[in-house]
Amino acid sequence: MIKFVLMVNQQGQTRLSRYYEPVELSRRAALEAAAVRCCLSRNKDQCSFVEYKDFRLVYRQYAALYVVMGVTHSENELSIYELIQNFVEVLDKYFSRVSELDIMFNLDSVHVILDEMIQNGHIVETNKSRVLAPLTAINKMVDG
Amino acid sequence: MPAVSKGDGMRGLAVFISDIRNCKSKEAEVKRINKELANIRSKFKGDKALDGYSKKKYVCKLLFIFLLGHDIDFGHMEAVNLLSSNKYTEKQIGYLFISVLVNSNSDLIRLINNAIRNDLASRNPTFMNLALHCIANVGSREMAEAFVSDIPRILVAGETMDSVKQSAALCLLRLNRTSPDLVPMGEWTARVVHLLNDQHLGVVTAATSLITTLAQKSPEDFKTSVVLAVARLSRIVTSAAIDLQDYTYYFVAAPWLSVKLLRLLQCYPPPEDAALRSRLTECLETILNKVQEPPKSKKVQHSNAKNAVLFEAIALIIHHDSEPNLLVRACNQLGQFLQHRETNLRYLALESMCLLASSEFSHEAVKTHIETVINALKTERDVSVRQRAVDLLYAMCDRSNSKQIVAEMLSYLETADYSIREEIVLKVAILAEKYAVDYTWYVDTILNLIRIAGDYVSEEVWYRVIQIVINRDDVQGYAAKTVFEALQAPACHENLVKVGGYILGEFGNLIAGDPRSSPLVQFNLLHSKFHLCSVPTRALLLSAYIKFINLFPEVKGTIQDVLRSDSQLRNADVELQQRAVEYLRLSCIASTDILATVLEEMPPFPERESSILAKLKKKKGSSKLPDLDDVRRSVNGSTDHAENTEATETSVSNTVLAFSLYRTEPTGIITLPCDDDFRFVCKNNGVIYENQLLQIGLKSEYRQNLGRMYVFYGNKTSTQFLSFSSAVTSSDILKTHILQTVDPMIEGGAQVQQILNIECLSDFSDAPVLSIQFRYGGTLQNIAVKLPVMLNKFFQPTEMTSQDFFQRWKQLGAPRQEVQKIFKAQHQMDSDVAKAKLLGFGVALLDGVDPNPANFVGAGIVHSKTTQVGCLLRLEPNTQAQMYRLTLRTSKDSVSQRLCELLSDQF
Repeated sequence: MIKFVLMVNQQGQTRLSRYYEPVELSRRAALEAAAVRCCLSRNKDQCSFVEYKDFRLVYRQYAALYVVMGVTHSENELSIYELIQNFVEVLDKYFSRVSELDIMFNLDSVHVILDEMIQNGHIVETNKSRVLAPLTAINKMVDG
Repeated sequence: MPAVSKGDGMRGLAVFISDIRNCKSKEAEVKRINKELANIRSKFKGDKALDGYSKKKYVCKLLFIFLLGHDIDFGHMEAVNLLSSNKYTEKQIGYLFISVLVNSNSDLIRLINNAIRNDLASRNPTFMNLALHCIANVGSREMAEAFVSDIPRILVAGETMDSVKQSAALCLLRLNRTSPDLVPMGEWTARVVHLLNDQHLGVVTAATSLITTLAQKSPEDFKTSVVLAVARLSRIVTSAAIDLQDYTYYFVAAPWLSVKLLRLLQCYPPPEDAALRSRLTECLETILNKVQEPPKSKKVQHSNAKNAVLFEAIALIIHHDSEPNLLVRACNQLGQFLQHRETNLRYLALESMCLLASSEFSHEAVKTHIETVINALKTERDVSVRQRAVDLLYAMCDRSNSKQIVAEMLSYLETADYSIREEIVLKVAILAEKYAVDYTWYVDTILNLIRIAGDYVSEEVWYRVIQIVINRDDVQGYAAKTVFEALQAPACHENLVKVGGYILGEFGNLIAGDPRSSPLVQFNLLHSKFHLCSVPTRALLLSAYIKFINLFPEVKGTIQDVLRSDSQLRNADVELQQRAVEYLRLSCIASTDILATVLEEMPPFPERESSILAKLKKKKGSSKLPDLDDVRRSVNGSTDHAENTEATETSVSNTVLAFSLYRTEPTGIITLPCDDDFRFVCKNNGVIYENQLLQIGLKSEYRQNLGRMYVFYGNKTSTQFLSFSSAVTSSDILKTHILQTVDPMIEGGAQVQQILNIECLSDFSDAPVLSIQFRYGGTLQNIAVKLPVMLNKFFQPTEMTSQDFFQRWKQLGAPRQEVQKIFKAQHQMDSDVAKAKLLGFGVALLDGVDPNPANFVGAGIVHSKTTQVGCLLRLEPNTQAQMYRLTLRTSKDSVSQRLCELLSDQF
């Protein structure tokens, strides 16, 4: 299963974090810092999967922003790697080319999108329009 | 989709976030946050009722602050209030706040539950979804109790919307994980399995996750899912991508669902039904074929999605381990990936191939890639990929290629990353021993290891080389010659000095004939290293010197002079000084005969499992903690097991021998094992069995996860026992090993001793059984006794302050971690006796922790090879009622349970 999803920028600032297993607040900061250090220290030639403690990090870099997922060894790494891409594509569609600022200013919408895709550490929905359905509904309500 | 304006109308939030971004320092940021927190708090506390919009804005700010790593200790109530709003946006933000910030033991749960109940009943699918998300995310026991009956109903009801079904499936999964006892599956099982047939692929995806988890727990109940999963998979892989338009990702049909279905199938053995089996094989072949087809898109996403499915299919093929054809095809496919330009693929291919190497069908096929893997070791730029290459070489090694692989690993070791050196050293040491045909190669290899990576050669490795040299006389001369030559190097590692000192002390005489390595030269060589070494090595060298005095009388004078020097006799280190004094005296007063007896060559070591292997397993164990979710473990487990059996073959043979004797004549009297012997819970010595003929006594000692038991067999009669034999059987998680077999004849009135080694691999409840057989006056006697080896024997007491104690006590607060028992006192309630029993149980008693001095509080750690389980206990006597209350908290529920059983019987 997926243990957590992080979005971190190159300065190491967390822009989104979602945990699917209880982690104490004090340990979160340490975990996030360690995870981002792990990813930042790697270059493009290196593989996108890193052993970290008793689980594995799968990450993808989008310009200055890293999306990192912590997964157990039972997960299929490539499918998680593409899940990240799918997630970012959904964000792209919603924000029409997503940027770090969009994520900061619309944290609630990003959470809604993520919750539609991953629940409780498992993939629920991968179809983009279905993921966006609730948000589209809200926007219609607001517009109307 | 319209572009969304930054800030989405919430200006205050946008301003706040911009402020934070403009903060020049961490201090400024903290200051700004505190200001905002104060502002929000005053708004919440103020007299003016806030409207939904403001509440939403403030809750959003709190979420952002929480994300920055600041604890939020208010606002929960406001979030709960938002739940009852009729506006979706407000309700949504309320739920978001709760699922991000509220943990499962919050006292707000009841209020939240009310809101959830309303939303579940609302029949509004978006509201129902929010409520189900919340249950899935918080998942507390109280929630489970409140909703466990509703969710399966929602999940399988015909009129439920698809998106709600998806949420309900994962919600049920969560409740099953946190409170499995509450989720009654029975009646729903068939209908849940049937969800695999659902029209909607999103529902199938969610349902597959649920079924996989449930099937891991009770495979039998969900067996029918195999048929449906194969059918579904077959429809996906054979469909034209167009049929599944909504779920096609870069021209790959439903990749995530395919992965999940393949994973579900890994919970089961290959289907027995021939038709089903061939359908599955067909699917797997199609997946393998697709990779060979020209890509439908040049995008990397396309090939990644395709390969994700492929790797999962290969995992299933390996799991089944029954179709040689598929296994070899998988291996060839992975072989192609080994040279792929994508690092990710090379990494995963190496990892999967490691598993293939353990299958008898594909082992040979894997071996053909040896050159590529060795090349990867040399050229890969990513250490994690090189690590996988080392793992694969280790897995593919056998007698035919061991020399090449060990040589390559050794040469890689010279430049290997520090982080993985120790593991490589262990692996080389194991391979060298396992596949050594001639032991000179083994000795060379280990000495090379020490030369190249001396700092990473752990004690186990050099102990082992000495054990082997001592046990094999054909290699002793060679070993002496080789260490002698290696020691000539101007700078050599201390580990080499240790091995050299030990081996020359034992076998230096074998090379003393050559004037280039005459006794004096040998001694001078060793002694030239003496001053550079640490105390333990010096101590070892002193022992080597006294052995030299015995081996070579001609250097006695020289060595005595060295021992006599002030730097030895007055050495500040007690151990060294004592050795120098005693060895000097011994060499002066003892006759040659006595010297020869005292300093005789070491006897062969008993054959036992290589301690290096144990160490490597431990290393692996620490890096990959067991995970309930992990299906792959079964595959990994079996590879480990294969190594294990091969390496321990020799040690097992003793027990097997004892067994075969036992089997020859199954007649005579058999004493059945008695129930758990609670007399020995708190003590280690005593008589465990006695009849008219025989008395069995015990003395035992335990350290961490190891134990040694001395078993005494006393013949109470005046006639001898004949064909006496003994054997111990134990579960896999408690290893026992008899060190020496007893003489088959025990004289009348005599007592013989036998030593038994015990190792605790994990927590256990079954005690080992000692079976004894002998002939007395013509009849065969069979006796079986349970040995008093209980979990608490592996306790190590832990002292801690009362503050620490309470902190840990709180940490172990999950409901299953605590076990409590209230029971009537069976013995007189004496505080000193109780204290002695608790100490005997193995915990440390902590004074001044409990405010009531009559109560006992203790702490300890149960050691097993795989884990260490911390344990806290509290015993409250109530002398008036003649009752005790015992409370135990440990990090593992089975341990709590077992310890409570054992201890509550003692009072």
